Amino acid sequence: MFGKGASSSKNMEIIGSEKKFSVLIVDDDPIIRKIHSALLSKFTKEIHEVKNGKEAVDLCRSGTSFDIIFIDKEMPIMNGLEATKELRAMGVYSTIVGVTSCDLSSERNDFIAAGQNQCYEKPLTIEKIKSLLSELNKNN
Amino acid sequence: MEVGQMQRRLIEYTKSLFMEGILDDQFLQLQQLQDESNPDFVVEVVSLFFQDAERLLNDITSALDQQSVDFPKVDAHVHQLKGSSASVGAQRVKNGCIAFRNFCEEQNVDGSLRCLQQIKQEYYHVKNKLEALFRLEQQIVAAGGSVPMMELSF
Repeated sequence: MFGKGASSSKNMEIIGSEKKFSVLIVDDDPIIRKIHSALLSKFTKEIHEVKNGKEAVDLCRSGTSFDIIFIDKEMPIMNGLEATKELRAMGVYSTIVGVTSCDLSSERNDFIAAGQNQCYEKPLTIEKIKSLLSELNKNN
Repeated sequence: MEVGQMQRRLIEYTKSLFMEGILDDQFLQLQQLQDESNPDFVVEVVSLFFQDAERLLNDITSALDQQSVDFPKVDAHVHQLKGSSASVGAQRVKNGCIAFRNFCEEQNVDGSLRCLQQIKQEYYHVKNKLEALFRLEQQIVAAGGSVPMMELSF
């Protein structure tokens, strides 16, 4: 998938089997965490979950690093935008993907300004993840 | 009833829920995530939704019952309910929440109460339907069959 010459990845079994990547799911909603976790487990086995922005920042500060961080916008204690800014300020270079239940078009600028690479409306779907991964693949 | 018949009945039943707009594509997404390593995924997620929804409906009911209604609080609950119903594909509940938020913005108590009634009805409706669907699935498995996967396009 991330490697060279990956053939058509329409078949789910091919995806993720060529290179391991780690993801962090940041969301205060346990239903969303469960769904996104199951979704991402089709692509990778290295999945971590936390419930808010502060936990995400603390985890990264402790030295754990992730390839992709999926971060919900609306969370208590520290929301997605604040957490993104902190993570970038800390020097975290991971791909950060914003996830929001609000209307995306009006939020997109905020996300990009905070330092996110991409953003999607909730809930994530198989198609969105595939398109994200192929975008990251191209940029690699 | 033999397994093949039960499987066909399940497919027809599920299709009808989509035709009636009770469920949307998101439910299919959930079914796609269920596999051998996660065999009860859909039931687990839907159960979380039921718990969440009932708690939120209670909270909204109490909040609307106050002398002076805290609309931002009601709106926050409705926003959460909209999110969780959207994540399981409970389309009519989700749409009800979208309408409800307009009444919250207008601080309209009567409109909100009517909307709440509507959402409660839609919620119990989808709950009954999904419980019936899961029972059909259980019957198939108990009879030694496997639960058929819905096609994404029909």
